[in-house]
Amino acid sequence: MKAQGNEKLRVSDLHAFYGESHILHGIDLHVNQGELVTLLGRNGSGRSTTLKAIMNMVGRRSGSININGTETMGLAAHRIAHLGIGFCPEERGIFSSLNVEENLLLPPAVRSDGMSLDEIYQMFPNLYERRTSQGTRLSGGEQQMLALARILRTGANILLLDEITEGLAPVIVKKLGEVLIQLKRKNLTILLVEQNFHFAAPIADRHYVMEHGRIVEEVQQAELSAKTELLNTLLGV
Amino acid sequence: MDTILGINPVALFGQLLVGLINGSFYALLSLGLAIIFGLLRIINFAQGALYMIGAFLAWLGLEYWGLSYGWALLIVPLVVGLFGILIERFLIRPIAHEDHLYSLLLTFGVALVLQGVFSHVFGSSGKPYSIPEFLQGVANLGFMYLPIYRGWIIVVSLLVCFGTWWAIEKTKLGAYLRAGTENARLLQAFGINVPLMVTLTFGFGVALAGLAGVLAAPIYSVSPDMGANLLIVVFAIVVIGGMGSIGGAIITGISMGVIEGLTKYFYPEASNTIIFMVMVVVLLIKPAGLFGKEV
Ligand SMILES: Nc1ncnc2c1ncn2[C@@H]1O[C@H](COP(=O)(O)OP(=O)(O)O)[C@@H](O)[C@H]1O
Ligand SMILES: [Mg+2]
Repeated sequence: MKAQGNEKLRVSDLHAFYGESHILHGIDLHVNQGELVTLLGRNGSGRSTTLKAIMNMVGRRSGSININGTETMGLAAHRIAHLGIGFCPEERGIFSSLNVEENLLLPPAVRSDGMSLDEIYQMFPNLYERRTSQGTRLSGGEQQMLALARILRTGANILLLDEITEGLAPVIVKKLGEVLIQLKRKNLTILLVEQNFHFAAPIADRHYVMEHGRIVEEVQQAELSAKTELLNTLLGV
Repeated sequence: MDTILGINPVALFGQLLVGLINGSFYALLSLGLAIIFGLLRIINFAQGALYMIGAFLAWLGLEYWGLSYGWALLIVPLVVGLFGILIERFLIRPIAHEDHLYSLLLTFGVALVLQGVFSHVFGSSGKPYSIPEFLQGVANLGFMYLPIYRGWIIVVSLLVCFGTWWAIEKTKLGAYLRAGTENARLLQAFGINVPLMVTLTFGFGVALAGLAGVLAAPIYSVSPDMGANLLIVVFAIVVIGGMGSIGGAIITGISMGVIEGLTKYFYPEASNTIIFMVMVVVLLIKPAGLFGKEV
């Protein structure tokens, strides 16, 4: 394990509940500064719930979540983002009553060195062209870019990204891959939820595999080829 | 006065004016309800009682504390809004995680308690409140005589309604409100203090009722049941307009007032029920309301 000071996110013995249903059963994970780590698993394995629990968006939680050095279990949901974390939800969460630019400007800056609007529009020229359109009028790919761009502007240096490639055309998936590489170069810390490891394999440093609300396997980048078969079995590919 | 094609223009304009004035109150009250509903997902049954309190505070202010109408117009909505904030913070929020039905029943209870207390303390007879001097008199519009105060009500409510609409549709704060109405949880995950926003929104929605109460004091008699009577109609209007849009609440409020006025002229027997008839028709054709989003 790397030094504590390098750690941007640590989750220990995290349990989470929706009403009476016990969804997460003691998650332990950590992400170091500048790392891109994936959270893999089949549908329903609890990956989205893990991200939402980190953001304090689920019902009841227990355990410990440390973000940028601060224990957050006791913090109200609106305090979490200000620790420098940005969340891109699976359903993308584009607001239909806001236009593209309003969506982009909605989340308040949480750190001072976020991307400017110009830089965002340079990275995603489509968003500039459609900046006055209603947010949900965009194509799925454009909505995904908007959801991502929105948190890049805030200056968050830890990103939680939930299935950002789901259901998108290959050309857009490729574009998103390039964006992730740029973000990595900027030394951002990324926890990426994916169904399988193919999208992130070339850029990820580590992979966690979830099943039934538990982490059942941790795979280093270097072990990937050796463990491909095991992963395929776990992920049901 | 002459009639044209069997229509007496003076009487018609008179009823139209009454309709516009009633519509102004409908718009202010249903606007407040729509804003509150957007974030809290409850229909605030106390809105009528808070309108009544607004009128009473104006009357009390003038009777006992020498608070002029102009000041009442500024201060009373603030006081009523503050009162609303206390209601949200200490009564609604503690049960907000339960089914919304409980909060709705709670606001209904609050309305009954407030109305009961005011009846007990002030009796049920109407209190007179005279039109402030600077708004007395009548303007000759050529085709009709317009009592200045009535024109004032229409102008003030239109300005407040339009200003509110503008603030919600065109400003950053409004963007937060719209986003919170769609997905409060995600907005909060972005770092916005949504619980505080809910409290302030409730206060603002309720302050609109307080303002309507002050505007109403000089033309309707100030009495404990003035809000309850109005609120029944406003609910019908909310059903007609649907809870979907701020602009929809305003437009429906004013147009229902006008339709009511026109009915008073053309078929007075139906004037008390026309809005409810419209409600039934709308419910049959478009259950989510004219401006509501189908779910
Ligand atoms: N809002 C909810 N209420 C109740 N159960 C839920 C809710 N969201 C997800 N679940 C359940 O939690 C489990 C994990 O879901 P989720 O975290 O979305 O999985 P994944 O993202 O890995 O597909 C599933 O069994 C799902 O049915
Ligand atoms: Mg998921």
